[in-house]
Amino acid sequence: MEYIERIKYLIIGNSAGGIGAIEAIREVDNNGTISIISDEPYPAYSRPLISDFLAGKQTIDKLNYRAADIYKQNDIKTIFGNRVTNLNLDNNTVLLESGHELGWDKLLLATGGTPIVPPMEGREAGGVFTFTTLADAIDIDDYLRQKPDANAVVIGGGLIGVSVTESLLKRNVKVTIIEMKERILNVILDEKTSYMEHKAIKDSGAEIITGHTVSKINSNTHGEVYGVTLDNGDVIPCGIVIIAIGVKPRLELINGTNIKVNRGIVVDKHMQTSVTGIYACGDVAEAFDFIYGENRLTPVWPNAYLGGRTAGLNMAGKATDYPGGTNINSMKYFGIYIVSAGMISAPDKSYQELIAEHNDVYKKLILKDGLVTGMIFSGEVDRAGIIYNLMKDRVNVESFKQSLISDDMGLLSLPETVWRNRLATVPPVNGVDCAVS
Amino acid sequence: MRKIYIKEEVCIGCGLCEVYCQLQHASVHDLIKAFKKRGPRPLARARIEAKGNVSFSVRCRNCDEPQCVYACLTGAITRDIETGMIAVDEEKCIGCCTCMLVCPLGAIKQDKEHKKMIKCDFCQGEETPACVTNCPNEALYCVEYNGTNIELAAKAPSPF
Ligand SMILES: Cc1cc2nc3c(=O)[nH]c(=O)nc-3n(C[C@H](O)[C@H](O)[C@H](O)COP(=O)(O)OP(=O)(O)OC[C@H]3O[C@@H](n4cnc5c(N)ncnc54)[C@H](O)[C@@H]3O)c2cc1C
Ligand code: SF4
Ligand code: SF4
Repeated sequence: MEYIERIKYLIIGNSAGGIGAIEAIREVDNNGTISIISDEPYPAYSRPLISDFLAGKQTIDKLNYRAADIYKQNDIKTIFGNRVTNLNLDNNTVLLESGHELGWDKLLLATGGTPIVPPMEGREAGGVFTFTTLADAIDIDDYLRQKPDANAVVIGGGLIGVSVTESLLKRNVKVTIIEMKERILNVILDEKTSYMEHKAIKDSGAEIITGHTVSKINSNTHGEVYGVTLDNGDVIPCGIVIIAIGVKPRLELINGTNIKVNRGIVVDKHMQTSVTGIYACGDVAEAFDFIYGENRLTPVWPNAYLGGRTAGLNMAGKATDYPGGTNINSMKYFGIYIVSAGMISAPDKSYQELIAEHNDVYKKLILKDGLVTGMIFSGEVDRAGIIYNLMKDRVNVESFKQSLISDDMGLLSLPETVWRNRLATVPPVNGVDCAVS
Repeated sequence: MRKIYIKEEVCIGCGLCEVYCQLQHASVHDLIKAFKKRGPRPLARARIEAKGNVSFSVRCRNCDEPQCVYACLTGAITRDIETGMIAVDEEKCIGCCTCMLVCPLGAIKQDKEHKKMIKCDFCQGEETPACVTNCPNEALYCVEYNGTNIELAAKAPSPF
């Protein structure tokens, strides 16, 4: 039988989750072999920054997430520009597109997300793009260099749609956003804050059409897009279409295996899948969400890194629980600062909403049984982390909830035991109880 | 690594730690010039909290598990292996405030003018940071902490 190289830690996916894992593994195990595989050809880059690249604000090398020598420094073998096409769970091996086979002792699936593209007519036309990878951003950039006068239709008014809209406007491309729901950013913002963004986007010159979908992308005889037709028959002429409906877990490798999948790969508190020795994290995984008390998809960068870190520590033998994550977003689109975490509005009457509003400041908390289950702050977002950590630590805030939305909210808004605990990280010095900072 | 201890019992909330932090990070090292003459006031990286009789000075505590580092979208926040300090690379930072949303102390804030995050940087390698040196009540002092042992740092004013 042909000799197959066996890697101690094999990582598929070289982004937030993969890097979180390799950094954690090397904290525990300096010698075990690590290989990291990606079908993207570059060192890890900051995915959210592809919009800055498209806007012309950043060059490609500025997108790097870590120092260029991180792989070398940590003795990590990189296999970039090569796709894993098959997992063999009987032999613990992967098959690469290049034909190579590799074995693993511990495997991490950090394969992220793949853009959702509904089966609409015309989506194969030239000038139709998605926007989730650097390659997408480069392709759009190239296309717009050839057609600088093209108007754009962005399908989807979520985070990715708004993000690409901002980049396009900075390039002086005219944009129309088509959002199926009644309002943009409806998953991460409440009505009030999504209206703020709506207004800011309109003020910047873009059009927004809500409550409609694109039923057809129209192209000419050369196969180039010249417009879209909406579900009500309206036609919007355009030279470029960006499909930005969102991402879904990239499960192509897992389908057909006995790794348990719900909406994403289901992991336990160690980020291990239903198959021993195989871990998952990031956009592809369904990990513990402390707000809902169950496993959920939370496709955001911080959770991917933290999940990857937790997986890495466990893979290297240091038992560590995932602290849990929930959907968190911090955005500054069109100059408006908004942070949100957990729920965006009370789902039913058993929840309470607390709101403070004045001038440009808007602060909202969602509570149930004394616990904060959601927050949205806009205008004044300083120190929001104090509240996010109350959510995470499940601190009962009933007796001081009102102070959490006041202007001078700080550690002293919390009960003494909590603020002392926040400040203290080390034991008393010479018998004196001290807070350390 | 070096840490700053807060002795909350003797802090009177005078705010001099904030003032000297601002001065330390100003372009001129003269109080009057820094505060009144040169454009916008420099920003403090320490913050005084006060309520009733209780007051203390808060700044980044260079967490063992730094959530800001884990959350940063761009890789702009990292731990300096040599000093153990958590630092923001202003060139890389895009001012998205994701780090701020996860910091349990609210210790990292945005410099709105430059759209970059700022935090305590231990006065960039000073033996004793300006807040510690200038606290009139010795409510702040430096310690050397190696994970288990704590020793008062040599130059810090003794609280005892
Ligand atoms: C435009 C945009 C803006 C965003 N803005 C924000 C933001 O402001 N804040 C935020 O928190 N999040 C944001 N996100 C989301 C964030 O980027 C993701 O949550 C994060 O990238 C997830 O990391 P990950 O490691 O799970 O996977 P990914 O970043 O998706 O990386 C997975 C990697 O695995 C590779 N891969 C997958 N399958 C295979 C295979 N079979 N073989 C080889 N390689 C494979 C992929 O090519 C990819 O490189 C944004 C995303 C986009 C697209
Ligand atoms: S900024 Fe906050 S989270 Fe980061 S190390 Fe400092 S105290 Fe910890
Ligand atoms: S504001 Fe800067 S340091 Fe903070 S998460 Fe964003 S890029 Fe990183």
